[in-house]
Amino acid sequence: MTSGATAPSKAVRIGAGQGFMGEDLALMRAVLADGVDYLVCESLAERTMGILEQARQRDETAGFAADLADRIDIVAADVFAGRTRFITNAGGVNPVAAQRALVARLRERGYRGRTIGLVVGDAVDPRLVEPRPTGRPLSATAYLGSAGIVQALGLGADIVITGRVADACLFLGPLIHEHGWAMDDWDRLAAGIVVGHLLECSAQSTGGNYSGDWWNTVDPWRAGLPIAEVDPDGRAIITKPNGTAGRVSFDTVREQLLYEVHDPRRYMTPDVIVDMTSVVLTDHGDDRVEVNGATGTPRPQALKGIAFSEGGFAGEATLTYAWPDALEKATFVLDLVRRESETRGLTVDGWCTEYFGVCGFGGPTVDGAARPDDPPEVVARLAWHAADLTTAQSVAALFRTVALTGPPGLQGIGRRAVPSPPEPLVVLDDFFVDRDAVEAGVRVHVEEI
Amino acid sequence: MRVQLRDICGVRSGDKGNISDLSLFAPDAEVFDLIREHVTANRVAAHFGDLVTGEVLRYEAPNVLALKFVMHDALGGGAARSLRSDTQGKTMGLSLLRMTIEVPDDVAGRLPRRPRPPSAANTRSVDRP
Repeated sequence: MTSGATAPSKAVRIGAGQGFMGEDLALMRAVLADGVDYLVCESLAERTMGILEQARQRDETAGFAADLADRIDIVAADVFAGRTRFITNAGGVNPVAAQRALVARLRERGYRGRTIGLVVGDAVDPRLVEPRPTGRPLSATAYLGSAGIVQALGLGADIVITGRVADACLFLGPLIHEHGWAMDDWDRLAAGIVVGHLLECSAQSTGGNYSGDWWNTVDPWRAGLPIAEVDPDGRAIITKPNGTAGRVSFDTVREQLLYEVHDPRRYMTPDVIVDMTSVVLTDHGDDRVEVNGATGTPRPQALKGIAFSEGGFAGEATLTYAWPDALEKATFVLDLVRRESETRGLTVDGWCTEYFGVCGFGGPTVDGAARPDDPPEVVARLAWHAADLTTAQSVAALFRTVALTGPPGLQGIGRRAVPSPPEPLVVLDDFFVDRDAVEAGVRVHVEEI
Repeated sequence: MRVQLRDICGVRSGDKGNISDLSLFAPDAEVFDLIREHVTANRVAAHFGDLVTGEVLRYEAPNVLALKFVMHDALGGGAARSLRSDTQGKTMGLSLLRMTIEVPDDVAGRLPRRPRPPSAANTRSVDRP
Protein backbone atom coordinates (compact mmCIF):
# COMPACT_ATOMS: atom_id res chain seq x y z
CA MET A 1 0.00 0.00 0.00
CA THR A 2 1.29 3.44 -0.86
CA SER A 3 1.36 5.99 1.84
CA GLY A 4 1.44 9.72 1.52
CA ALA A 5 -0.45 12.91 2.03
CA THR A 6 -2.74 12.47 -0.96
CA ALA A 7 -6.28 11.26 -0.54
CA PRO A 8 -6.88 7.63 -1.49
CA SER A 9 -9.12 6.91 -4.46
CA LYS A 10 -12.84 6.56 -3.81
CA ALA A 11 -12.36 8.33 -0.53
CA VAL A 12 -15.46 9.72 1.15
CA ARG A 13 -15.08 13.28 2.36
CA ILE A 14 -16.91 13.95 5.64
CA GLY A 15 -16.92 17.28 7.42
CA ALA A 16 -17.90 18.29 10.93
CA GLY A 17 -20.38 21.18 11.01
CA GLN A 18 -20.55 21.70 14.74
CA GLY A 19 -19.41 20.26 18.04
CA PHE A 20 -22.06 21.69 20.33
CA MET A 21 -25.48 23.31 20.09
CA GLY A 22 -25.02 26.96 19.21
CA GLU A 23 -21.57 26.80 17.64
CA ASP A 24 -20.71 29.61 15.19
CA LEU A 25 -22.44 29.00 11.85
CA ALA A 26 -19.57 30.58 9.91
CA LEU A 27 -17.33 27.65 10.81
CA MET A 28 -19.79 25.23 9.19
CA ARG A 29 -20.00 27.42 6.07
CA ALA A 30 -16.24 27.10 5.58
CA VAL A 31 -16.51 23.29 5.68
CA LEU A 32 -19.29 23.29 3.08
CA ALA A 33 -17.33 25.67 0.88
CA ASP A 34 -14.38 23.27 0.95
CA GLY A 35 -16.56 20.53 -0.57
CA VAL A 36 -17.76 17.52 1.45
CA ASP A 37 -19.84 14.48 0.55
CA TYR A 38 -21.38 14.51 4.00
CA LEU A 39 -21.78 17.27 6.53
CA VAL A 40 -22.38 15.94 10.04
CA CYS A 41 -23.60 18.09 12.91
CA GLU A 42 -23.22 16.74 16.44
CA SER A 43 -25.34 18.77 18.85
CA LEU A 44 -25.78 16.69 21.96
CA ALA A 45 -23.39 17.03 24.86
CA GLU A 46 -24.70 15.38 28.04
CA ARG A 47 -25.29 18.84 29.43
CA THR A 48 -27.21 19.85 26.28
CA MET A 49 -29.52 16.87 26.67
CA GLY A 50 -30.42 18.17 30.13
CA ILE A 51 -31.13 21.64 28.74
CA LEU A 52 -33.30 20.21 25.94
CA GLU A 53 -35.21 18.03 28.39
CA GLN A 54 -35.96 21.13 30.48
CA ALA A 55 -37.26 22.87 27.36
CA ARG A 56 -39.53 19.93 26.53
CA GLN A 57 -40.90 19.92 30.06
CA ARG A 58 -42.19 23.44 29.37
CA ASP A 59 -43.30 22.87 25.75
CA GLU A 60 -43.91 19.46 24.20
CA THR A 61 -43.03 20.75 20.72
CA ALA A 62 -39.56 21.82 21.96
CA GLY A 63 -36.54 19.72 22.97
CA PHE A 64 -34.49 19.80 19.78
CA ALA A 65 -31.46 21.92 18.95
CA ALA A 66 -32.37 25.57 18.60
CA ASP A 67 -29.92 26.16 15.77
CA LEU A 68 -31.26 23.39 13.50
CA ALA A 69 -33.31 25.72 11.29
CA ASP A 70 -30.36 28.07 10.79
CA ARG A 71 -28.14 25.17 9.80
CA ILE A 72 -30.71 23.87 7.33
CA ASP A 73 -30.84 27.29 5.70
CA ILE A 74 -27.10 27.12 5.15
CA VAL A 75 -26.77 23.53 4.01
CA ALA A 76 -29.97 23.26 1.91
CA ALA A 77 -28.50 24.64 -1.33
CA ASP A 78 -25.74 22.02 -1.31
CA VAL A 79 -28.10 19.22 -0.36
CA PHE A 80 -30.70 20.05 -2.98
CA ALA A 81 -28.00 20.42 -5.63
CA GLY A 82 -26.93 16.86 -4.78
CA ARG A 83 -23.45 17.92 -3.63
CA THR A 84 -23.75 17.05 0.06
CA ARG A 85 -25.82 14.97 2.41
CA PHE A 86 -26.58 16.24 5.89
CA ILE A 87 -26.72 14.15 9.06
CA THR A 88 -27.44 15.47 12.53
CA ASN A 89 -28.60 14.37 15.97
CA ALA A 90 -30.10 17.83 16.48
CA GLY A 91 -33.41 16.07 17.13
CA GLY A 92 -32.31 15.97 20.76
CA VAL A 93 -35.04 14.61 23.02
CA ASN A 94 -37.73 15.33 20.39
CA PRO A 95 -36.59 14.21 16.92
CA VAL A 96 -40.14 14.06 15.54
CA ALA A 97 -40.69 17.73 16.34
CA ALA A 98 -37.29 18.54 14.89
CA GLN A 99 -38.11 16.77 11.64
CA ARG A 100 -41.42 18.64 11.36
CA ALA A 101 -39.69 21.96 11.91
CA LEU A 102 -37.02 21.07 9.38
CA VAL A 103 -39.49 20.00 6.68
CA ALA A 104 -41.60 23.10 7.31
CA ARG A 105 -38.55 25.32 6.92
CA LEU A 106 -37.50 23.64 3.67
CA ARG A 107 -41.02 23.89 2.20
CA GLU A 108 -41.24 27.52 3.24
CA ARG A 109 -38.00 28.16 1.34
CA GLY A 110 -39.37 26.37 -1.74
CA TYR A 111 -37.09 23.35 -1.73
CA ARG A 112 -38.49 20.26 -3.49
CA GLY A 113 -37.38 16.85 -4.61
CA ARG A 114 -35.15 15.44 -1.88
CA THR A 115 -35.69 12.85 0.83
CA ILE A 116 -35.65 13.50 4.55
CA GLY A 117 -34.90 10.62 6.91
CA LEU A 118 -35.87 10.40 10.57
CA VAL A 119 -34.53 7.92 13.13
CA VAL A 120 -36.63 7.50 16.29
CA GLY A 121 -36.67 4.99 19.12
CA ASP A 122 -33.89 6.11 21.43
CA ALA A 123 -36.45 7.00 24.09
CA VAL A 124 -36.71 4.53 26.98
CA ASP A 125 -39.50 4.43 29.57
CA PRO A 126 -37.90 6.26 32.52
CA ARG A 127 -39.88 4.15 35.01
CA LEU A 128 -37.99 1.06 33.84
CA VAL A 129 -34.55 2.53 34.49
CA GLU A 130 -32.43 1.00 37.24
CA PRO A 131 -31.21 2.28 39.59
CA ARG A 132 -34.13 4.60 40.27
CA PRO A 133 -33.21 8.28 40.51
CA THR A 134 -33.88 10.10 43.78
CA GLY A 135 -35.99 12.80 42.12
CA ARG A 136 -39.08 12.44 39.92
CA PRO A 137 -38.10 10.60 36.70
CA LEU A 138 -38.66 12.69 33.57
CA SER A 139 -37.39 10.72 30.60
CA ALA A 140 -34.59 8.48 29.43
CA THR A 141 -32.74 7.85 26.20
CA ALA A 142 -30.39 5.14 25.03
CA TYR A 143 -27.35 5.83 22.86
CA LEU A 144 -28.18 4.31 19.48
CA GLY A 145 -25.59 3.15 16.98
CA SER A 146 -25.35 3.90 13.29
CA ALA A 147 -27.83 1.29 11.95
CA GLY A 148 -30.75 3.71 11.65
CA ILE A 149 -28.68 6.20 9.69
CA VAL A 150 -27.38 3.46 7.40
CA GLN A 151 -30.94 2.36 6.76
CA ALA A 152 -32.15 5.90 6.06
CA LEU A 153 -29.29 6.52 3.62
CA GLY A 154 -30.06 3.21 1.95
CA LEU A 155 -33.64 4.41 1.46
CA GLY A 156 -32.31 7.44 -0.35
CA ALA A 157 -32.30 10.03 2.42
CA ASP A 158 -30.33 13.19 1.67
CA ILE A 159 -30.90 14.55 5.16
CA VAL A 160 -31.03 12.33 8.25
CA ILE A 161 -32.19 13.66 11.58
CA THR A 162 -31.91 11.64 14.77
CA GLY A 163 -32.21 11.90 18.51
CA ARG A 164 -29.64 10.36 20.82
CA VAL A 165 -27.40 8.58 18.33
CA ALA A 166 -23.89 8.28 19.79
CA ASP A 167 -21.69 11.10 18.51
CA ALA A 168 -19.15 9.05 16.58
CA CYS A 169 -21.86 6.82 15.05
CA LEU A 170 -23.25 9.82 13.17
CA PHE A 171 -20.03 9.71 11.14
CA LEU A 172 -19.74 5.92 10.99
CA GLY A 173 -23.21 5.64 9.38
CA PRO A 174 -22.32 7.27 6.06
CA LEU A 175 -19.00 5.37 5.91
CA ILE A 176 -20.83 2.05 6.26
CA HIS A 177 -23.31 3.16 3.61
CA GLU A 178 -20.68 4.39 1.13
CA HIS A 179 -18.07 1.67 1.58
CA GLY A 180 -20.46 -1.23 2.13
CA TRP A 181 -18.85 -2.28 5.39
CA ALA A 182 -20.49 -5.18 7.21
CA MET A 183 -21.96 -4.55 10.65
CA ASP A 184 -19.57 -7.15 12.06
CA ASP A 185 -16.43 -5.99 10.24
CA TRP A 186 -15.06 -4.85 13.57
CA ASP A 187 -11.80 -3.32 12.34
CA ARG A 188 -13.53 -1.25 9.65
CA LEU A 189 -16.19 -0.16 12.11
CA ALA A 190 -13.45 0.77 14.57
CA ALA A 191 -11.76 2.84 11.87
CA GLY A 192 -15.02 4.66 11.23
CA ILE A 193 -15.55 5.30 14.93
CA VAL A 194 -12.04 6.73 15.22
CA VAL A 195 -12.83 9.12 12.37
CA GLY A 196 -16.10 10.07 14.02
CA HIS A 197 -14.42 10.52 17.36
CA LEU A 198 -11.88 12.88 15.82
CA LEU A 199 -14.62 14.94 14.15
CA GLU A 200 -17.44 14.96 16.69
CA CYS A 201 -16.02 17.73 18.88
CA SER A 202 -15.39 20.08 15.95
CA ALA A 203 -12.25 22.18 16.43
CA GLN A 204 -10.95 20.08 19.30
CA SER A 205 -8.90 18.08 16.77
CA THR A 206 -7.83 21.09 14.73
CA GLY A 207 -6.23 23.29 17.37
CA GLY A 208 -9.12 24.20 19.66
CA ASN A 209 -8.45 23.52 23.35
CA TYR A 210 -4.96 22.45 22.30
CA SER A 211 -2.64 22.46 25.30
CA GLY A 212 0.50 23.34 23.28
CA ASP A 213 1.38 26.65 21.63
CA TRP A 214 -2.20 27.89 21.34
CA TRP A 215 -1.01 31.46 20.77
CA ASN A 216 0.22 30.43 17.32
CA THR A 217 -2.99 28.71 16.18
CA VAL A 218 -6.05 30.23 17.84
CA ASP A 219 -8.31 32.48 15.74
CA PRO A 220 -11.82 31.49 16.84
CA TRP A 221 -13.94 33.16 14.14
CA ARG A 222 -11.85 31.61 11.37
CA ALA A 223 -11.23 28.23 13.02
CA GLY A 224 -11.17 25.29 10.65
CA LEU A 225 -13.45 22.41 11.64
CA PRO A 226 -12.12 18.95 10.79
CA ILE A 227 -12.69 17.10 7.54
CA ALA A 228 -11.87 13.41 7.06
CA GLU A 229 -11.09 11.72 3.74
CA VAL A 230 -11.81 8.07 4.39
CA ASP A 231 -10.93 5.27 2.00
CA PRO A 232 -12.72 1.91 1.71
CA ASP A 233 -10.16 0.22 3.97
CA GLY A 234 -10.75 2.72 6.73
CA ARG A 235 -7.50 4.60 6.31
CA ALA A 236 -8.23 8.29 6.73
CA ILE A 237 -6.66 11.68 6.36
CA ILE A 238 -7.76 14.29 8.89
CA THR A 239 -7.52 17.83 7.55
CA LYS A 240 -9.43 21.14 7.61
CA PRO A 241 -10.80 23.61 5.05
CA ASN A 242 -8.36 25.63 2.99
CA GLY A 243 -7.70 29.07 4.32
CA THR A 244 -8.99 28.46 7.84
CA ALA A 245 -7.14 28.97 11.10
CA GLY A 246 -6.08 26.27 13.52
CA ARG A 247 -3.75 23.34 13.02
CA VAL A 248 -3.99 19.64 12.23
CA SER A 249 -0.89 17.90 13.57
CA PHE A 250 0.12 14.78 15.46
CA ASP A 251 -0.23 16.77 18.69
CA THR A 252 -3.65 18.30 18.04
CA VAL A 253 -5.07 15.01 16.77
CA ARG A 254 -3.70 12.80 19.54
CA GLU A 255 -5.23 15.06 22.20
CA GLN A 256 -8.65 14.40 20.69
CA LEU A 257 -8.00 10.70 19.98
CA LEU A 258 -8.07 9.88 23.69
CA TYR A 259 -10.69 12.47 24.71
CA GLU A 260 -13.27 10.97 27.07
CA VAL A 261 -12.57 7.38 25.98
CA HIS A 262 -11.81 6.00 29.47
CA ASP A 263 -9.98 2.67 28.95
CA PRO A 264 -8.29 3.34 25.58
CA ARG A 265 -8.13 -0.37 24.75
CA ARG A 266 -11.87 -0.69 25.16
CA TYR A 267 -13.60 2.45 23.96
CA MET A 268 -17.24 1.47 24.20
CA THR A 269 -19.61 2.50 21.43
CA PRO A 270 -22.95 1.00 20.42
CA ASP A 271 -21.47 -0.45 17.19
CA VAL A 272 -18.02 -1.72 18.16
CA ILE A 273 -15.49 -1.69 21.00
CA VAL A 274 -12.47 0.23 19.74
CA ASP A 275 -8.82 -0.22 20.69
CA MET A 276 -7.50 3.34 20.51
CA THR A 277 -3.99 2.08 21.28
CA SER A 278 -3.94 0.33 17.89
CA VAL A 279 -4.29 3.60 15.99
CA VAL A 280 -1.23 4.91 14.14
CA LEU A 281 -1.10 8.67 13.52
CA THR A 282 1.24 9.93 10.81
CA ASP A 283 1.74 13.66 10.42
CA HIS A 284 2.23 14.48 6.72
CA GLY A 285 2.52 18.22 7.30
CA ASP A 286 0.30 20.89 5.70
CA ASP A 287 -2.49 20.14 8.17
CA ARG A 288 -2.87 16.53 7.07
CA VAL A 289 -2.64 13.66 9.54
CA GLU A 290 -3.09 10.06 8.46
CA VAL A 291 -5.05 7.77 10.78
CA ASN A 292 -4.60 4.08 10.27
CA GLY A 293 -4.59 0.67 11.91
CA ALA A 294 -7.62 0.81 14.20
CA THR A 295 -8.82 -2.53 15.50
CA GLY A 296 -12.15 -3.38 17.05
CA THR A 297 -13.92 -6.16 18.91
CA PRO A 298 -17.60 -7.13 18.90
CA ARG A 299 -20.12 -4.56 20.05
CA PRO A 300 -21.53 -4.73 23.57
CA GLN A 301 -24.91 -6.34 24.18
CA ALA A 302 -25.86 -3.50 26.54
CA LEU A 303 -26.45 0.03 25.37
CA LYS A 304 -25.62 2.96 27.58
CA GLY A 305 -28.45 5.31 28.36
CA ILE A 306 -29.03 8.55 30.20
CA ALA A 307 -31.98 9.07 32.53
CA PHE A 308 -33.26 12.54 33.36
CA SER A 309 -34.90 13.36 36.65
CA GLU A 310 -35.83 16.37 38.72
CA GLY A 311 -32.86 17.37 40.84
CA GLY A 312 -33.98 20.12 43.19
CA PHE A 313 -32.69 23.68 43.05
CA ALA A 314 -29.26 25.27 42.90
CA GLY A 315 -28.38 28.83 43.87
CA GLU A 316 -25.13 30.72 43.86
CA ALA A 317 -23.61 34.04 44.83
CA THR A 318 -20.31 35.62 43.93
CA LEU A 319 -18.61 38.18 46.18
CA THR A 320 -15.36 39.93 45.42
CA TYR A 321 -13.30 41.24 48.32
CA ALA A 322 -10.45 43.67 47.84
CA TRP A 323 -7.02 43.65 49.51
CA PRO A 324 -6.00 43.66 52.31
CA ASP A 325 -6.94 40.30 53.85
CA ALA A 326 -9.24 39.52 50.92
CA LEU A 327 -9.27 35.75 51.51
CA GLU A 328 -9.85 36.17 55.23
CA LYS A 329 -12.83 38.46 54.59
CA ALA A 330 -14.28 36.13 51.98
CA THR A 331 -14.05 32.98 54.06
CA PHE A 332 -15.38 34.83 57.12
CA VAL A 333 -18.50 35.99 55.28
CA LEU A 334 -19.21 32.67 53.55
CA ASP A 335 -18.93 30.96 56.95
CA LEU A 336 -21.42 33.46 58.36
CA VAL A 337 -23.91 32.79 55.57
CA ARG A 338 -23.70 29.05 56.12
CA ARG A 339 -24.09 29.38 59.88
CA GLU A 340 -27.05 31.75 59.49
CA SER A 341 -28.71 29.26 57.14
CA GLU A 342 -28.43 26.61 59.85
CA THR A 343 -29.71 29.00 62.52
CA ARG A 344 -32.77 29.67 60.40
CA GLY A 345 -33.37 25.96 59.88
CA LEU A 346 -32.85 26.08 56.12
CA THR A 347 -32.27 22.55 54.85
CA VAL A 348 -29.38 22.88 52.45
CA ASP A 349 -28.12 19.50 51.24
CA GLY A 350 -24.93 20.63 49.53
CA TRP A 351 -22.52 23.58 49.60
CA CYS A 352 -19.63 24.48 47.35
CA THR A 353 -17.12 27.22 48.18
CA GLU A 354 -14.55 28.47 45.68
CA TYR A 355 -11.97 31.24 46.05
CA PHE A 356 -10.82 32.49 42.67
CA GLY A 357 -7.45 34.14 42.68
CA VAL A 358 -6.31 31.65 45.32
CA CYS A 359 -7.44 28.13 44.46
CA GLY A 360 -10.82 28.53 42.71
CA PHE A 361 -10.37 25.78 40.15
CA GLY A 362 -7.42 23.80 41.45
CA GLY A 363 -8.56 23.39 45.06
CA PRO A 364 -6.10 21.14 46.91
CA THR A 365 -3.83 20.84 43.85
CA VAL A 366 -2.75 24.43 44.51
CA ASP A 367 -0.30 23.91 47.33
CA GLY A 368 0.82 26.52 49.86
CA ALA A 369 3.71 27.88 47.79
CA ALA A 370 1.49 28.38 44.75
CA ARG A 371 -1.15 30.34 46.69
CA PRO A 372 -0.71 34.10 46.79
CA ASP A 373 -0.01 35.33 50.31
CA ASP A 374 -2.15 38.46 50.34
CA PRO A 375 -3.79 38.65 46.91
CA PRO A 376 -5.02 41.98 45.43
CA GLU A 377 -8.55 40.56 45.40
CA VAL A 378 -10.40 37.30 45.88
CA VAL A 379 -13.57 36.27 44.07
CA ALA A 380 -15.51 34.09 46.48
CA ARG A 381 -18.30 31.93 45.15
CA LEU A 382 -20.81 30.07 47.27
CA ALA A 383 -23.20 27.61 45.63
CA TRP A 384 -25.88 25.63 47.40
CA HIS A 385 -28.41 22.96 46.65
CA ALA A 386 -31.83 22.47 48.22
CA ALA A 387 -34.72 20.18 47.48
CA ASP A 388 -37.22 23.05 47.25
CA LEU A 389 -37.18 26.47 45.64
CA THR A 390 -38.19 28.39 48.77
CA THR A 391 -35.16 27.14 50.70
CA ALA A 392 -32.82 27.92 47.82
CA GLN A 393 -34.28 31.44 47.62
CA SER A 394 -34.06 31.98 51.36
CA VAL A 395 -30.31 31.35 51.28
CA ALA A 396 -29.95 33.77 48.38
CA ALA A 397 -31.84 36.43 50.36
CA LEU A 398 -29.21 36.34 53.14
CA PHE A 399 -26.73 38.03 50.80
CA ARG A 400 -28.80 41.23 50.62
CA THR A 401 -27.78 42.02 54.17
CA VAL A 402 -24.05 41.46 53.70
CA ALA A 403 -23.17 44.55 51.65
CA LEU A 404 -23.34 47.34 54.26
CA THR A 405 -23.04 45.26 57.42
CA GLY A 406 -20.01 43.14 56.50
CA PRO A 407 -16.26 43.68 56.25
CA PRO A 408 -14.96 46.48 54.00
CA GLY A 409 -14.05 46.00 50.37
CA LEU A 410 -16.98 44.01 49.00
CA GLN A 411 -17.59 44.57 45.34
CA GLY A 412 -19.47 42.70 42.64
CA ILE A 413 -17.86 41.93 39.33
CA GLY A 414 -19.40 43.81 36.46
CA ARG A 415 -23.08 44.70 36.53
CA ARG A 416 -24.48 41.33 37.45
CA ALA A 417 -26.98 41.23 40.25
CA VAL A 418 -25.77 39.23 43.22
CA PRO A 419 -26.88 36.55 43.78
CA SER A 420 -28.49 35.12 40.65
CA PRO A 421 -31.92 33.51 41.16
CA PRO A 422 -31.88 29.80 42.09
CA GLU A 423 -32.56 27.45 39.18
CA PRO A 424 -34.32 24.08 38.95
CA LEU A 425 -31.97 21.24 37.98
CA VAL A 426 -32.62 18.37 35.59
CA VAL A 427 -30.04 15.78 36.52
CA LEU A 428 -28.63 12.95 34.41
CA ASP A 429 -27.74 9.42 35.45
CA ASP A 430 -26.21 6.65 33.35
CA PHE A 431 -27.87 3.29 32.98
CA PHE A 432 -27.43 0.23 30.81
CA VAL A 433 -30.18 -1.50 28.88
CA ASP A 434 -30.24 -4.59 26.68
CA ARG A 435 -29.84 -3.54 23.06
CA ASP A 436 -32.49 -5.91 21.73
CA ALA A 437 -35.14 -4.26 23.89
CA VAL A 438 -34.23 -0.83 22.53
CA GLU A 439 -33.57 -1.75 18.91
CA ALA A 440 -36.93 -3.48 18.60
CA GLY A 441 -38.44 -0.02 18.93
CA VAL A 442 -36.18 1.88 16.55
CA ARG A 443 -38.00 3.16 13.46
CA VAL A 444 -36.66 4.81 10.36
CA HIS A 445 -38.99 7.03 8.35
CA VAL A 446 -38.20 8.68 5.05
CA GLU A 447 -40.29 11.36 3.42
CA GLU A 448 -39.83 13.07 0.09
CA ILE A 449 -40.53 16.74 0.03
CA MET B 1 15.69 17.98 40.46
CA ARG B 2 11.94 18.54 40.57
CA VAL B 3 10.32 19.05 37.18
CA GLN B 4 6.76 20.32 36.92
CA LEU B 5 4.52 18.49 34.44
CA ARG B 6 3.46 21.81 32.89
CA ASP B 7 6.99 22.14 31.48
CA ILE B 8 7.12 18.75 29.79
CA CYS B 9 3.58 17.45 29.08
CA GLY B 10 0.39 18.25 27.24
CA VAL B 11 -3.01 17.45 28.66
CA ARG B 12 -6.70 17.30 27.79
CA SER B 13 -9.69 17.01 30.12
CA GLY B 14 -13.07 15.42 29.48
CA ASP B 15 -16.08 14.22 31.44
CA LYS B 16 -18.75 11.55 31.43
CA GLY B 17 -21.30 11.92 34.15
CA ASN B 18 -19.41 12.26 37.44
CA ILE B 19 -16.17 10.91 35.93
CA SER B 20 -13.26 13.17 35.04
CA ASP B 21 -11.21 11.70 32.19
CA LEU B 22 -7.69 13.12 31.71
CA SER B 23 -5.06 12.40 29.08
CA LEU B 24 -1.43 13.31 29.77
CA PHE B 25 0.86 13.47 26.71
CA ALA B 26 4.63 13.10 26.54
CA PRO B 27 6.69 14.65 23.73
CA ASP B 28 8.98 11.64 23.33
CA ALA B 29 9.71 8.15 24.63
CA GLU B 30 12.04 9.37 27.38
CA VAL B 31 9.42 11.62 28.94
CA PHE B 32 6.80 8.92 28.44
CA ASP B 33 8.93 6.53 30.49
CA LEU B 34 9.37 9.17 33.17
CA ILE B 35 5.68 9.88 33.58
CA ARG B 36 4.88 6.17 33.41
CA GLU B 37 7.20 5.70 36.37
CA HIS B 38 6.27 8.74 38.44
CA VAL B 39 2.69 9.78 37.64
CA THR B 40 0.96 6.83 39.24
CA ALA B 41 -2.74 6.47 39.94
CA ASN B 42 -2.05 6.79 43.66
CA ARG B 43 -0.08 9.99 43.23
CA VAL B 44 -2.81 11.48 41.06
CA ALA B 45 -5.48 10.55 43.60
CA ALA B 46 -3.45 12.20 46.37
CA HIS B 47 -2.79 15.26 44.19
CA PHE B 48 -6.49 15.94 43.71
CA GLY B 49 -7.32 15.38 47.38
CA ASP B 50 -11.00 15.98 48.15
CA LEU B 51 -11.75 17.17 44.60
CA VAL B 52 -11.85 13.48 43.66
CA THR B 53 -13.52 11.15 46.14
CA GLY B 54 -13.70 7.98 44.04
CA GLU B 55 -11.26 5.56 42.50
CA VAL B 56 -8.55 6.75 40.10
CA LEU B 57 -7.68 4.30 37.31
CA ARG B 58 -4.66 4.69 35.04
CA TYR B 59 -4.33 3.39 31.49
CA GLU B 60 -1.48 3.60 28.96
CA ALA B 61 -1.64 4.50 25.28
CA PRO B 62 1.95 4.07 24.11
CA ASN B 63 0.98 4.64 20.46
CA VAL B 64 0.48 8.33 21.27
CA LEU B 65 2.86 8.46 24.28
CA ALA B 66 0.01 9.09 26.68
CA LEU B 67 -1.31 8.11 30.07
CA LYS B 68 -5.01 8.25 30.83
CA PHE B 69 -6.52 8.88 34.25
CA VAL B 70 -10.15 8.00 34.79
CA MET B 71 -11.23 9.56 38.07
CA HIS B 72 -14.54 8.52 39.59
CA ASP B 73 -16.75 10.77 41.73
CA ALA B 74 -14.62 13.65 40.57
CA LEU B 75 -17.00 16.38 39.44
CA GLY B 76 -19.32 17.04 42.35
CA GLY B 77 -22.09 14.98 40.76
CA GLY B 78 -21.47 15.65 37.05
CA ALA B 79 -22.24 18.49 34.67
CA ALA B 80 -25.98 18.72 35.29
CA ARG B 81 -25.76 18.42 39.07
CA SER B 82 -22.43 19.87 40.17
CA LEU B 83 -22.31 23.00 42.29
CA ARG B 84 -18.77 23.73 41.13
CA SER B 85 -18.00 26.46 38.61
CA ASP B 86 -16.16 23.92 36.50
CA THR B 87 -19.08 21.52 36.23
CA GLN B 88 -17.42 19.50 33.44
CA GLY B 89 -13.93 19.44 34.90
CA LYS B 90 -12.40 21.25 31.93
CA THR B 91 -9.65 22.57 34.22
CA MET B 92 -8.85 19.27 35.93
CA GLY B 93 -6.12 18.34 33.46
CA LEU B 94 -4.48 21.72 33.90
CA SER B 95 -4.52 21.17 37.66
CA LEU B 96 -2.73 17.85 37.07
CA LEU B 97 0.08 19.81 35.39
CA ARG B 98 0.91 21.34 38.79
CA MET B 99 2.36 18.01 39.89
CA THR B 100 6.16 17.78 40.06
CA ILE B 101 8.27 14.68 39.53
CA GLU B 102 11.85 13.96 40.63
CA VAL B 103 14.17 13.66 37.64
CA PRO B 104 17.98 13.13 37.70
CA ASP B 105 19.72 16.44 36.98
CA ASP B 106 21.40 15.28 33.77
CA VAL B 107 18.11 13.98 32.41
CA ALA B 108 16.20 17.08 33.48
CA GLY B 109 18.72 19.23 31.63
CA ARG B 110 18.02 17.61 28.29
CA LEU B 111 14.24 17.23 28.45
CA PRO B 112 12.36 19.24 25.81
CA ARG B 113 10.65 22.15 27.60
CA ARG B 114 7.24 23.28 26.46
CA PRO B 115 7.17 26.82 25.11
CA ARG B 116 5.54 29.64 27.06
CA PRO B 117 3.19 32.18 25.48
CA PRO B 118 4.25 35.77 24.79
CA SER B 119 4.11 37.99 27.86
CA ALA B 120 0.66 39.35 28.73
CA ALA B 121 2.31 42.71 29.43
CA ASN B 122 2.54 43.31 25.69
CA THR B 123 -1.13 42.66 24.87
CA ARG B 124 -3.67 45.36 24.07
CA SER B 125 -6.14 44.25 26.72
CA VAL B 126 -5.04 46.76 29.35
CA ASP B 127 -7.68 49.44 28.77
CA ARG B 128 -9.26 51.05 31.79
CA PRO B 129 -11.46 54.14 31.64
